Amino acid sequence: MSASDHPPLLEVHVEAKHYAARTVLDHLSLRIGHGEIVSLVGPSGCGKSTLLRIVAGLDRQYHGEVHVNGTPLNGPSPQIGVIFQEPRLLPWLTVADNVGFEAGSGGGRDPRVAQLLAEVGLAGQEYTLPKALSGGMAQRVAIARGLFSQPDLLLLDEPFSAVDAMTRMRLQALLLSVARAHGTAALLVTHDLDEALYLSDRVLLMAAAPGRIDREYRVARPRPRDRRDPVLADLRAQLLERLDAFEAV
Amino acid sequence: MASASDESLSFNVAEATRLTEHAPPLANENAHGSGNAAAPARSAHGNLRRWHLAGLALPVALLALIEVLVRTNVVPDHLLPAPSTIVLTLWQMGATRLARHIAASTLRVLAGFGIGAVLALILGAAMGLSRRFEALLEPCFQALRSIPSLAWVPVLLLWMGIDEAPKITLIAIGAFFPVHLSVVAGIRGVDRKLVELGAIYRLTPAALFRRILLPAALPQIFTGLRTGLSLAWMFMVAAELIAATRGLGYMLSDGRETGRPDLVFGAIILLAILGKLSDGGMRWLENSVLGWRDAFDAYADQARVGEKR
Repeated sequence: MSASDHPPLLEVHVEAKHYAARTVLDHLSLRIGHGEIVSLVGPSGCGKSTLLRIVAGLDRQYHGEVHVNGTPLNGPSPQIGVIFQEPRLLPWLTVADNVGFEAGSGGGRDPRVAQLLAEVGLAGQEYTLPKALSGGMAQRVAIARGLFSQPDLLLLDEPFSAVDAMTRMRLQALLLSVARAHGTAALLVTHDLDEALYLSDRVLLMAAAPGRIDREYRVARPRPRDRRDPVLADLRAQLLERLDAFEAV
Repeated sequence: MASASDESLSFNVAEATRLTEHAPPLANENAHGSGNAAAPARSAHGNLRRWHLAGLALPVALLALIEVLVRTNVVPDHLLPAPSTIVLTLWQMGATRLARHIAASTLRVLAGFGIGAVLALILGAAMGLSRRFEALLEPCFQALRSIPSLAWVPVLLLWMGIDEAPKITLIAIGAFFPVHLSVVAGIRGVDRKLVELGAIYRLTPAALFRRILLPAALPQIFTGLRTGLSLAWMFMVAAELIAATRGLGYMLSDGRETGRPDLVFGAIILLAILGKLSDGGMRWLENSVLGWRDAFDAYADQARVGEKR
């Protein structure tokens, strides 16, 4: 996916990240190409979310470097959109103003807002307040907001873990379609192996204590994927086996 | 995208049900066509309405009881005048005299509350935003807060004489502290996750305050403003009892000095009405500004149904 003569979209080298005396991340490297979708899975406490916060520019207390399109990252960047586990909408703003938050106080009037809302299936909900949205709808608004700045990379921290199974599948399909439409790459933290395999070009398995990347699994299946694809099931078995091995240690 | 329309359809149905539950007249019109699902909710609502009416009738009944007790000389009328006498007294005072007293008191409250609340907002915001500023000023404010506000009266009289200035200052002091406390606590209580969102969007400190911290703290700030307003009325009476030639507090002390309980009670009734009106106005403002809240609140619910109809 990545063009060979350009720097990769995202290049992460974390030598170490400590919380007090504990080493959370240790010698971790990660590259993501343009338009690539990568999932981070691993046991809880392996530093997945910490890594995501570093890439988001929210956490700068680490040893190492993060480059986006070849330039070092110093704090949050408009090239990176973030979607959290919960929608995190501002309850006093309408749906449109939430989506266009980045454009300032009247951001909801930006023509891109209506277009993004249509893309996530919420056309005509511009003036709705977040309190009237269901969980799935609110997360759609959050996806639209994440895309508003036309980022090259979306970071998603267990974005669909708080919605029911049916809504989750719809939102996964939606994420794939908008990521493709905008040519956006995505780095996704999840604890759902099926989700990781359905969405990703690569699945990175992280090990805990200290957090590091243990293995990489390429999911070389064309999209749209069948969730019952035996190749995915086989990869899932491999992932589970490796995760079980962690438990045994 | 078919999935999306499914979801919004189910949402609309839920919304419609909620509307009918809260709007009895609408539900009655549709009762033939729609099922009985909304019926229990409707009767519960009607039941509550009866209690609301009873709540309004109770003070009227009490006034009637007092009227009877006074007229039959069970209660001597130099202690408690009959409500009709009070109304007559107010009527005889005439609109202009009455308006002068009311205007004098209301203007003092507005000026004092305005000054106190604005100062409290500015200082509270500064202390809420900056830990250093708070560390610097908090001990002073704790000490000042623990002084009963009425203790300032002699000081203010010494410094400012008996003109408007000491009265308005006293009211401002009374209104300042609850508003100040609510602003600091409101800003400190803002969800860390929303502040993080501000960081993601690279907001400057000023923009973070204006676009996230202030709106998120507003519900608590409004509680402080309402407390502050009611304290402003209280301190207005205190100030006018001490030295004034106009106003409802003056009416109170004048009535006591001249042995006219009807004047005293007339002033009390006017204070009750004005206090209720100003709090109602503040609550109206609160509900219209904070319509976005997703809270369990009967008044907000009614307002919401009204908006949608």
